[in-house]
Amino acid sequence: MDGFPKYLLRRLLQFFLVIFLGVSGTFFITKLSPVDPVEQSLSLMTNFGATDPRAVELMRQALAELYGLQGSIFEQYLAFWGRVLRGDFGPSLSSFPTPVMSLIMSALPWTVGLLTLALIITWTLGNLLGALAGYYRTNTLLKLSGAVVMALHPVPAYIVGLVLLLVFGFIFPVLPISGGAQMNLQPGLSLDYIRSLIQHGTLPALTLVLVGIGSWFISMRSLVSNIVTDDHVVYAELGGVSSGKIFSQYVARNALLPQLTGLALSLGSVFGGAVITEFLYNYPGVGRLLIQGIYRGDYSLVLGVTTMSIVAVAVAVFIIDLIYPLIDPRVRLG
Amino acid sequence: MFKILRDLLRYNIEFTIGFVLTLAIFLFALAHFWAPLPAEAIYLLPPDMPPSAQYWLGTTSRGQDVLWQMSAAIWNTMLFGLTVTILSRLLAVAVGMLSGYLGGKWDQILMTINDTMIALPNIPILLLVYFVMRDSMSWPVLAATAALLGWNYDARLIRSVTLSLRNREFTRHAVFAGMSVPQILMRQHLPYVMPVIFFTAMNNLIWAIGLEVTLSVLGFSDINRPTIGGMIYWANQHQAIIAGIWWWIAFPIIAIVLLFLGLFLLAISVNEYIDPRSRLSRMGA
Repeated sequence: MDGFPKYLLRRLLQFFLVIFLGVSGTFFITKLSPVDPVEQSLSLMTNFGATDPRAVELMRQALAELYGLQGSIFEQYLAFWGRVLRGDFGPSLSSFPTPVMSLIMSALPWTVGLLTLALIITWTLGNLLGALAGYYRTNTLLKLSGAVVMALHPVPAYIVGLVLLLVFGFIFPVLPISGGAQMNLQPGLSLDYIRSLIQHGTLPALTLVLVGIGSWFISMRSLVSNIVTDDHVVYAELGGVSSGKIFSQYVARNALLPQLTGLALSLGSVFGGAVITEFLYNYPGVGRLLIQGIYRGDYSLVLGVTTMSIVAVAVAVFIIDLIYPLIDPRVRLG
Repeated sequence: MFKILRDLLRYNIEFTIGFVLTLAIFLFALAHFWAPLPAEAIYLLPPDMPPSAQYWLGTTSRGQDVLWQMSAAIWNTMLFGLTVTILSRLLAVAVGMLSGYLGGKWDQILMTINDTMIALPNIPILLLVYFVMRDSMSWPVLAATAALLGWNYDARLIRSVTLSLRNREFTRHAVFAGMSVPQILMRQHLPYVMPVIFFTAMNNLIWAIGLEVTLSVLGFSDINRPTIGGMIYWANQHQAIIAGIWWWIAFPIIAIVLLFLGLFLLAISVNEYIDPRSRLSRMGA
């Protein structure tokens, strides 16, 4: 067995391994806790006044059951897998009795939408600029834009977002800085709603683009400047192939392959940036849900979001792995 | 070593700017040892004073001097970054060199684990660790967690270098001479891997400092220990932007951006020095 089936099998194995190790890791991290999550939630709930000790005892049992903390560690571990596979993390304590899963499901489209859009723009623009800068090495405009995106790339998303928020929200208040869409609009396919969506999404997306674009630029530029000296490019130049065709067919296409692998590898860290950006702009996605869950001490919510984000990132990586053979004929044909 | 430094300072403008910036920020951070007031103390000075001759960068709503806060904050942030870098380098070097040298099954196992860890989203996992640790979360624990998450890219890079050394003549000589695997790795291969370690260390330092800023901005670290992110966290808690205390938030942002810029310029110029190909293309060859 070789070629495409072998490739697919390996990717599938990797996909299951990521989910297995990620979910197991999550479970064992919760076991590190010096505080019992049940006691922690109890103290949150009994803060408001004296409660009947018998009621507290009942609540303690109910919470232990809710969190899946009954029985030995191994039983708890199996129970945790059952929850993940059923997609059932119990009700959220901070917005009782809504199930954690339905909170995640209503937040997920926002994150997926924002992240997909920002990633496509970042990847396309970064690679295009990087490839051009690697091919036309003496162009001043390309050098200048390269310097800007490279200087922005090490700065954390929060800082870039905060500066954008201060500039476009306070100094020149032109864009909304909080929420996913205007509150009083009916969600739907109306023109007003879509415009509001775009306005609210602009700053978060811009933050992610500005932070992400530099690394694509740097790696694409160095890839292209190596390929330019390859024999097949020199041969094409000698043969009189037009420089536009050399750039797009001979150079950029070859350089895009490792960049696509890089896209799959970068998803995990890009997701981290999205978590922070969503929180900063109060964007109603999974990241804001996670951070709010932490502030409110909502154990099931935090556990649910962490697990689901590991699964979601793994799925996204797998999808990119499936796209890869379409671009690289070596994998497709074996 | 000093000769390299001198040449870099003389011929590489990016290195010079980066070096001067980083050195200036380091000296500024070092100054906190001579601060007039302890960095953790609050409400010792009149709050909300704008920048003036007495308080150069103003005071915070918590009655702290912004200048001295920043000095201590940068020190703590850099200390965190360096700790993460050193710990994660040890992991990356161990995994990368073993994987590259042993090859075969070991290589496959180690690299599969490595690739799996790359695909995991770091921030949610770090947040989960903070969430379960809560008050027992100190900065060394956070640094150790970050180091456990931050070695895998570089392990792959180090592996590829070791892989190319494995079949070289001198490695076989060493094997025939009876050197053990650790001896070969430490004495024969490490000098070749050193440049890569150094370059990835710079990038890792930048990543770790960014991580610290991100987590402490959200209040997910020891909030009473001054850090750059922690200053922004407290400024947000006191709604400094709305109250017009701009100096509380603007100066930390400027400081951290300068620090990133300095480190980044150092990183790319050091990379260029290590990789002579890019030096040649710079000279127009």
